[in-house]
Amino acid sequence: MTASVTELTVTAEDRRVAWLATAAVALSLVDAAIPSPLPGVKPGLANIVTLVVLIRYGWATAVWVSGLRVLAGSLLLGYFLAPGFFLALTGTTFSLLTLGLARHLPGRWFGPVSLSILAAFAHIGGQLLLARLWLIPHNGVFLLTPVFAAAALVFGTINGLIAARLLGEIPAAEPVR
Amino acid sequence: MRWLAYLRPGDWLVIAASAAVVALTLPLLWQGGFAERAIIRQDGRIFAEIDLGGRREVAVPGPLGATLVAIEPGRARVVADPGPRQYCVRQGWLARPGEIAICAPNHVSVQIAGRTRAYDSLSY
Repeated sequence: MTASVTELTVTAEDRRVAWLATAAVALSLVDAAIPSPLPGVKPGLANIVTLVVLIRYGWATAVWVSGLRVLAGSLLLGYFLAPGFFLALTGTTFSLLTLGLARHLPGRWFGPVSLSILAAFAHIGGQLLLARLWLIPHNGVFLLTPVFAAAALVFGTINGLIAARLLGEIPAAEPVR
Repeated sequence: MRWLAYLRPGDWLVIAASAAVVALTLPLLWQGGFAERAIIRQDGRIFAEIDLGGRREVAVPGPLGATLVAIEPGRARVVADPGPRQYCVRQGWLARPGEIAICAPNHVSVQIAGRTRAYDSLSY
């Protein structure tokens, strides 16, 4: 038997990303199971994981976890490469970019709730933009902006509070990078 | 409240700013505009275009007689019509842009117009 040419070494970081992404995917499934009055209005519970990861392990890990969550979540829910997938991808990209900037805000004043709300607004903003440019090329898309914005505020706040609580309860395993 | 302990001063600021953004976007829900004018048509031609500012009544002559239209701030309705079925009267107040009451037998219609025209007409 020949020895394998490529050797995949799994680091502790890889395992951590995998576990956290699993948790995020599980929350995505819970999210999908919650009935929504309007497509696009949903709690986005998986973002709790993103927030915790961002604050605990840094932005790069958060990007990995979010990316894997969108990919695996779409495969499990059956919308991989469907319009919903690109909406999710755009929303996630926008909120990750926003989080990348917002995490530099002074932590004494701005906690997880701020990050969560800003990310939620970036998420819905990105999605509306993509919907306007690609899916529904008509300004009528923006008519529902108030509903989406209100949802972003409410769910952003709730998710932020949950993330803050989790961060308070789980002691840091290692220093924040 | 236990949960409030997780909010830092800046968080309140972000919440307030976000609420302001939500409030600012709210008018989008009324993008058709508010009811601004009542367009009264007789035989398809515009008989009168009345600003929904004050209170007044307009009598519109038709083949069966006069259709009486009442105008009030922000709304209008057909008060009386010589038609047999009185559909346009029973429709009551019209207050949203695009709404229309048609008194077909007397060839009279009352339509509410806003800032923009969202659609040509509504069918019921």
